[in-house]
Amino acid sequence: MYAVRRWSVRHARFLERLYRLFGGALERLDPIWRMMGYARLEKPVAAVEGTIKGFLFDCRMCGRCVLGSTGMSCPMNCPKQLRNGPCGGVRDGGYCEIKSDMRCVWVEAWEGAERMRQGMTIDIVQLPVDNSLQGSSSWMRAARERAAERREKVTGGIAFGGARLKDAEPQ
Amino acid sequence: MTELPYDPTIPLPPLAGHSSRGRLERVLRAGEFAVTAELNPPDSADRDEVYERASVFEGWVDAINATDGSGANCHMSSVGICALLTRVGYAPVMQISCRDRNRIAIQGDVLGAAAMGVANMLCLSGDGVETGDQPGAKPVFDLDCMSLLETIRKMRDERVFLSGRPLSAPPEVFLGAAANPFAPPYDYRPFRLAKKIAAGAQFVQTQYCFDIPMLESYMARVRDLGLHEKCFILVGVGPLVSARAAKWIRANVPGIHIPDAVIRRLEGAERQKREGRNLCVELIQQIREIPGVSGIHVMAYRQEELVADIVHESGVLKERKPWRGAVIDRHLSEQVATQT
Repeated sequence: MYAVRRWSVRHARFLERLYRLFGGALERLDPIWRMMGYARLEKPVAAVEGTIKGFLFDCRMCGRCVLGSTGMSCPMNCPKQLRNGPCGGVRDGGYCEIKSDMRCVWVEAWEGAERMRQGMTIDIVQLPVDNSLQGSSSWMRAARERAAERREKVTGGIAFGGARLKDAEPQ
Repeated sequence: MTELPYDPTIPLPPLAGHSSRGRLERVLRAGEFAVTAELNPPDSADRDEVYERASVFEGWVDAINATDGSGANCHMSSVGICALLTRVGYAPVMQISCRDRNRIAIQGDVLGAAAMGVANMLCLSGDGVETGDQPGAKPVFDLDCMSLLETIRKMRDERVFLSGRPLSAPPEVFLGAAANPFAPPYDYRPFRLAKKIAAGAQFVQTQYCFDIPMLESYMARVRDLGLHEKCFILVGVGPLVSARAAKWIRANVPGIHIPDAVIRRLEGAERQKREGRNLCVELIQQIREIPGVSGIHVMAYRQEELVADIVHESGVLKERKPWRGAVIDRHLSEQVATQT
């Protein structure tokens, strides 16, 4: 919902903190998730994630969440789905060129990022969305990747997931 | 027309510190004040219409932009126009919009265009389909301008597709992007330019400038960040036909900022079209004085025949003559001499 999503941007700092705690918890529970099987958890978790993030951010479940680098404003709500906005068409007052009664998702992102501790990650160039991840859970992927990264650091093994791990904080 | 001592369709010899073999990059890196212009693409399959439209710029511009369905209106394709232009020696800037094609199609076009001698590419997100003549079209936006820049840079410098699959010959291109200092959020715009440079932009062409103080404050921030040393900035200009047209553009074309003073000036003029042209010349002369500006990009939509006159009167080229079919400037002939 538009009003809720704007609330989320106004409270980007709070949500950032909440996300860090929640993300950390998910990551620490990795042994449990592995025991249960990430594949088996995927569907129910994606359903819960979609509901919560749908309410808070009008999330589209792109599967590669970058809210931490976009001021808690979901870039998939941009009519051009820009992952690196805003475009040059922003109207006076910061409204969208296409939906003139909607605030530009990226003007909101910039405002949200200024409230966040890690807001400067908005300067990271985001890779194009991997469309094959549409509908999948970002939470589980982030937990799995970060836990694997940590294990790899400990054991000095081969990097898991390649370059995409270096993306701005997936949430 | 005198016979050329060399084939203008063959790329210039490679030069250290240059990523392309085209004229635009050489002119900019040599420290010259560059001039580019936008060609209005025909709604036609006749190549002569393209050549007629390009010929009005001959001798006055360093490169010609071929738009890619600008305003989401359907016209002859950018890649098609560029192919025609390179056949006779013009230096096109191929605009690539992310609106109509996905990453597979775009990367293929980049290779095809480079093979046909296109040395400059301008990466754009593109206007929304809603604004054009086919609002029912499916908007693609698989990439955005930023990831498109990265994609082509990767193809050029790392010799691979976005997927990592290798290329046997990379596209040698000078990479450009658009910038709009005149749209909100103003404070963020210089940082956005920095981001485009990080993604691969070597030059930018800006949206129409009608507000010098606004451009000056943007450029001050750009200089503070040192961006003008990493990227050539060409400021967009163009003649307004009348006060009425200016008001219409302001109300209907997203991203174009026209101050009230400009509209009042046109309204007060006896010959509005003439006044629009004079204003354009004055703007160019003021823009030239702003430190960090490397050139201008003239968008004289449906008044392309005025470009030569405007550039001439502005005096920005000084004694320099950009490439012409019949006359070769000294700069170029020297390069040709080194080639042979």
